Amino acid sequence: MTSTASGNGSLNTTDDPAPAVAAPARAAGAAVPVLSARRVAVAFSSGTGLAGGSGTARAVDGVDLDVGSGEIVALVGESGCGKTTLARLLLGLERPTAGRVLFEGTPLRYRSRDLRAFRRRVQLVQQDPAGSLNPRRTVYESVAEGLRVHEGTTADESDRVGRALSRAGLRPPERFLAAYPHELSGGQRQRVVIAGALVLEPEVLVADEPVASLDASVRGEILRLLLELRADLGLSALVATHDLGLAWNIADRVAVMYLGRVVETGPVEEVLAAPAHPYTRALLSVLPDSGSAPVVLAGEPPDPKRVPPGCRFHPRCPVLASGAAEHAGVADRCRTEDPGVLEEAPDASARRSACHWVAAGAGGRIRPPDHGDRKH
Amino acid sequence: MSAPAAAAASPRALAGQRRRRALRRFARDYARHGAGLVGLAALVAITGIALAAPWFVDPAHLTITGAPGEPYEPPSRAFPLGTDNFGRSVLDLVVWGSRVSLTVGFLATAVSVSLGTLVGVTAGHFGSAGGVFGRITASVLMRVTDWFLVLPTLVLAVALAAVLPRGTATIVVAIGLTVWPPTARLVRAQTLAVEARPFVERARALGGGHAHVMAWHVLPNVMPVVLAQTTLLVATSIIAESTLAFLGMGDPATISWGGVLEAARTAGAVSAGIWWYMVPPGLAIAVVALSFTLCGRALEAVLNPREAR
Repeated sequence: MTSTASGNGSLNTTDDPAPAVAAPARAAGAAVPVLSARRVAVAFSSGTGLAGGSGTARAVDGVDLDVGSGEIVALVGESGCGKTTLARLLLGLERPTAGRVLFEGTPLRYRSRDLRAFRRRVQLVQQDPAGSLNPRRTVYESVAEGLRVHEGTTADESDRVGRALSRAGLRPPERFLAAYPHELSGGQRQRVVIAGALVLEPEVLVADEPVASLDASVRGEILRLLLELRADLGLSALVATHDLGLAWNIADRVAVMYLGRVVETGPVEEVLAAPAHPYTRALLSVLPDSGSAPVVLAGEPPDPKRVPPGCRFHPRCPVLASGAAEHAGVADRCRTEDPGVLEEAPDASARRSACHWVAAGAGGRIRPPDHGDRKH
Repeated sequence: MSAPAAAAASPRALAGQRRRRALRRFARDYARHGAGLVGLAALVAITGIALAAPWFVDPAHLTITGAPGEPYEPPSRAFPLGTDNFGRSVLDLVVWGSRVSLTVGFLATAVSVSLGTLVGVTAGHFGSAGGVFGRITASVLMRVTDWFLVLPTLVLAVALAAVLPRGTATIVVAIGLTVWPPTARLVRAQTLAVEARPFVERARALGGGHAHVMAWHVLPNVMPVVLAQTTLLVATSIIAESTLAFLGMGDPATISWGGVLEAARTAGAVSAGIWWYMVPPGLAIAVVALSFTLCGRALEAVLNPREAR
């Protein structure tokens, strides 16, 4: 459980100050989120660099995030905003320098035995299907790997591998068992990776850019597969992506990350149809069919070694630059006061954003929320 | 994709089939390297002769008392390479000597490659994934490796051979313990490269521990480098064995190429111009070392096309 640390920073739209994990029923139905992060932070010290400067890179800088049971959460943001690091944190592959990761409400422990038990139930799907399979192992061996790690060689191993492969859409599985990764297409490789994760029948899938390197037709298939798995097995998923269209298509909830923090979160229809945070607005405005004038962000790309004081987005914030923040009387706070960590509330359906301007009520909406046109 | 006919077979049988096919492909690739083929042919011939030696060389003729000829007979029909200072056939000595030279070469290589692979994989793996304790272990291992690397190999081997009881096993240990550091460094570098690849992270996310990652992922990907290195090391080991024997550190009771050379030197064959006593063992060493090097280079090129020179 985290300290609520509300004070100046908390911009929750709910009144309940305690984002208690064991607390009241969520809108999604389950009492306790399967996987959650509480104020996790990771800092990489990078010594002295010649070009990039020295110092500590705050890759993830205080994030609260819940993944409810049967829920698909999309983590969106530009490259380098800390999506992958957050995903690795949630898998226990990276230890937080502050905060903690909770699995079913219990803090994750990093002893190897505890991690092993945890990793049976939470699985990873990586970004790069070409690299995530050992080139010297056949498809069968790669898929059976998880089983062998946890159970040794079992009698029904080949049945389970076959089932996982066909569930991941590689049918008939016999055709693929003896193939090596280099003989498969990108989509097939990604399915093998997914099958390798499914063979252990996990409860949560953490997918880091699962379709980034795939072409459009394969992308659709993999996404459909994820939705089917959720429907059939009740799988929860966290999908890190830079692709807003992907978030729109598969996620229930979306969390927008900027420079190591979640800046806006809420149900995907609301956040993407009517973004509140200026960063989300800018992201959405450059989509071809956004219907609004594209907002091109000025200023330097974010550098996690030099997080700006105040609101971390303020040097590039179009609202501040246009004077709208001044008009709303929050410009000084934007420059000096950190909006704080966006806390997860027990009511997951609430949408929140870490922005002084929005909190001041000046935000308004660029488009009314529209629940009708969500395409699956 | 596998052939449809094989679809019914068990995964294990299929994998076996795949391995055989890969082996055939490997053989085809290797056959493209002419020098490698020459080296391989020479090695097969020499190994065959060494194994078959007891059938055409009488061990009794190799003793000083049972020498069949007169001292320093020049090459003739009876003794194609002449005789030594005791009247033993130099051809017989060289043929018999190949047994010790090759045995020591292979065993010492096995010792040093195992040691080097163990140290390299451990240091590489724990250096990149073992936390603070692992990093300490890894840097201690690498400092030890560096220490062995800067010690003059020959001096260390001579010192080891001098303090240990005389015998072939001592020579094997002395060489094995001195030539492993380059292998360790090479394997460590390769391990680091493998550890950085996403499938290792996937294995960790699947719950695999250190042993799983090292045995299941790192080792198979490091093996090609190790194999090529092994072949090159055999040549080094054979030369080292000959050197030690030439310096009188070998077992005087066994006949090896280096030992024959040493005997030739002490008998004054150099100043007396008895070329047939010195040239054959020296040539044998050169030919075997060259063959192993040719094979090793060809293997390197086949297994690791990007590093081919």
